[in-house]
Amino acid sequence: MGLRVKVEKRVDVPKWLPAVTAIGAVILAFIIAGLIFKFIGGKPLVALRFFYQAVFGSWAAFSDTMVKATPLIIVGLACAVAFKMRLWNIGAEGQFYAGAFGASLVVLIPIVPMNSPKIVVIGLMILMGMLFGAIWGFIPGFLKAKYNVNEIITTLMLNYIAILWNNFWIFDKWSDAGFQMTPTFDRVAWLPRLADYAKEYKIFSGITLHMGVLFGIVAAFVVWWIFKYSRWGYEIKLIGDNPKAARYAGVNIVRNIILVMTFSGALAGLAGMSEIGGVVHRLQESISPGYGFTGIIVAWLAKLNPFMIIIVSILFGGLIVAGREIQPSGLSFLLQGIILFILISSDVLLRYKIRIVRTEEEAV
Amino acid sequence: MSSTVPAVEMKDIVIRFPGVLANDHVNLTLERGNIHALLGENGAGKSTLMNALAGLYKPVSGTTLVNGELVDFNSPRDAIAKGIGMVHQHFMLVPTQTVTENILLGMDKPRFFMNLRKYDQKILELQEQYGLHVDPTSKIWQLSVGEQQRVEILKTLYRGANILIMDEPTAVLAPQEIDELMRNMRLMADQGKSIIFITHKLHEVISIADRLTVLRKGKVTAEGRSMQGVTKEKLAQLMVGREVLFSVKKEPRKPGKIVLELDNVFAKNDKYLPALIDVSLDVRSGEILGIAGVGGNGQSELAEVITGLRACSGSIKINDQEVSNQPPINAIKRGVSHIPEDRTSVGTAPNLSITENSIMKGYTNNPIGNGWSINFAKAHEYARNLKEKYNILAPSVQTPVGKLSGGNLQKVILAREISSEPLLMVAMQPTRGLDVGAIEAIQILLLQQRGAGTAILLISEELDELFTLSDRIAVISDGKIMGIVDAEEADINEIGLMMTGSTVRE
Repeated sequence: MGLRVKVEKRVDVPKWLPAVTAIGAVILAFIIAGLIFKFIGGKPLVALRFFYQAVFGSWAAFSDTMVKATPLIIVGLACAVAFKMRLWNIGAEGQFYAGAFGASLVVLIPIVPMNSPKIVVIGLMILMGMLFGAIWGFIPGFLKAKYNVNEIITTLMLNYIAILWNNFWIFDKWSDAGFQMTPTFDRVAWLPRLADYAKEYKIFSGITLHMGVLFGIVAAFVVWWIFKYSRWGYEIKLIGDNPKAARYAGVNIVRNIILVMTFSGALAGLAGMSEIGGVVHRLQESISPGYGFTGIIVAWLAKLNPFMIIIVSILFGGLIVAGREIQPSGLSFLLQGIILFILISSDVLLRYKIRIVRTEEEAV
Repeated sequence: MSSTVPAVEMKDIVIRFPGVLANDHVNLTLERGNIHALLGENGAGKSTLMNALAGLYKPVSGTTLVNGELVDFNSPRDAIAKGIGMVHQHFMLVPTQTVTENILLGMDKPRFFMNLRKYDQKILELQEQYGLHVDPTSKIWQLSVGEQQRVEILKTLYRGANILIMDEPTAVLAPQEIDELMRNMRLMADQGKSIIFITHKLHEVISIADRLTVLRKGKVTAEGRSMQGVTKEKLAQLMVGREVLFSVKKEPRKPGKIVLELDNVFAKNDKYLPALIDVSLDVRSGEILGIAGVGGNGQSELAEVITGLRACSGSIKINDQEVSNQPPINAIKRGVSHIPEDRTSVGTAPNLSITENSIMKGYTNNPIGNGWSINFAKAHEYARNLKEKYNILAPSVQTPVGKLSGGNLQKVILAREISSEPLLMVAMQPTRGLDVGAIEAIQILLLQQRGAGTAILLISEELDELFTLSDRIAVISDGKIMGIVDAEEADINEIGLMMTGSTVRE
């Protein structure tokens, strides 16, 4: 008599299972990372505590985490909208830069005088950021819809164009005393931060959380509503699941490809604007450490669910913050890698049931 | 091993899916060298039972003996090792590879160097033995459907199968190919192979089976009975649990004004070859115009030009308004409903729910479509009504349609297409692959639609069906209409002749 592991196909997936496996996967990733810590001579529990302190330890720490999560939330949503229709927009990075550029124009041209009310300046920056991101999404969308040009290639290439375009302006035209950055924006073009209210509320002193996080939360609700209740969301789902059936049902596929890519680009552009207005406060090189690409991973891990995107973004934001605090900083990437690896593998549990059986049952 | 030991003995098999008892203490005994028909409606549990025998599912309880030996399969590999091979309805072949390459695919030998010529020879020998002729050096895409099926059978035989499970093998075949397959099956059985033959078609059972088992709603209603004295009517009753009319009653027609009019329509197929050549026809309200023809003679293209899915030249008018070369939404808005040939790849979105699939054509209309949003409460209510009215068997309207059986999937499409109260209905192969009970239900629905004044263009490869339902029959061959005849005066031989391309009369 002995025991044997048996793998069976699941016929249905209980509703709670995806959440449980995801949480289990993250815990397991921490355990494995801890073992590696131990192996290389570290103290895993101390490191974990430190990690926790760096990410959630205080309001200031948590605010840092949220600041890093903010662009991921918005970019993750941008990717989710496109992925829902099986449009592989991997150009969120470029759309992010385009959005940052568009928002910066408001200040750098300037479109309105810098003594205008804050609401006008910020409002315009939001509009311009989304507009430029939208243009950057529209181009591959149009090419795909009209000429069936593979959007993976075009969005990827447009990333480089957007980054180099930005570089041209900050190296030459708007360079601040020869540095590869523009001068710092006037405070009127800064997104409101909690720290701005430190005088009235002591608790907010040093809290860098800015208004961009609200954009993320509002965007999540909007995307959720679109997916769940809107006519457009229904068309997106239909095209994503079976384009032939969508065409047969009279859905205008050409128009939807353009619309979805444009909307996805506009969201990514909003993320760029939020980063410019909330964190960097000027246009410079490498405003994004790859948010546009991490957003792809975030959208997938969240299974395109807008609220899960917020949670996954916070986790990844925490990892970015921790990477700054923990030495060597590569350990954070290690943890990121392990989490990804295990989360993706844990999908197997959603499709298969694993049981342990006695071998004697088997041999009857 | 004595020859009296049955090839397969399944006893008290219970297979449960959430909310469904798919197999409820099912017994099945397959004698060696027999052709055993397994009959049942869609969703009766035939495929489930056979998937268990092929190692794809595991029964909750029950025992399976193969050649008298108790087995417990954990994977299809285990089943193959015991000589069980399944020929699936949908072929699993690589189109760009040769017959031999496809047969060798996944085998341990040859390991590295493909000495194809040697294997071609081996496969020819196998073909000779069972009469399954197909050139081993041909590429799959060059073969007809019947030949591809022979490759599938050869694949299982090459892997040493002695027990063959054939899942609705005739569903995809033309009549001549069916005769050929029947001869091959008999030849294999005579040489000691045991065959389980899943089908819906009663006359096939009567003409070829040695024994038969009938399932109804997961239970056995006839266990391994011999074929003596079995009639079509008896079989239908065992399957459906009630008497089935083989010829639905048709009211006399009251054709009204012309709804659909095609004039000199030309169209190309996906390979840019002429698919419709100078097609002219008309359909009146309250009338069914049948289109007869061997598959692939322009029928799909005909349905597509009318529904706006394909470009064409010439004139297509619906209620005197030109509709050709307009987007599909225009046809839908003019009251054209369409039962597509391919219900899974065109007619439905598999991962979306019954609700989402049933509002596919009308999601922009009030009260379900509500400006920018969709009222899903109303949509679910609407879908629940359809589910009840059309007797769609599913746990709920939230079930993804990909999980429904063929018959129920077709009912979802029909429910959707009929409930829009269409002016014109283009129905392509509406009963293909369905069982007698479902065929009858769908034919009655079509006739009710005709009674309600809808103009119906019925494209079918089943001549019986065309004769039962149509008022007039047009025959299409090589994209040309060979003639249009009155169904009551039509002679089946005449139609058959026209289908082969000879014009009998204009």
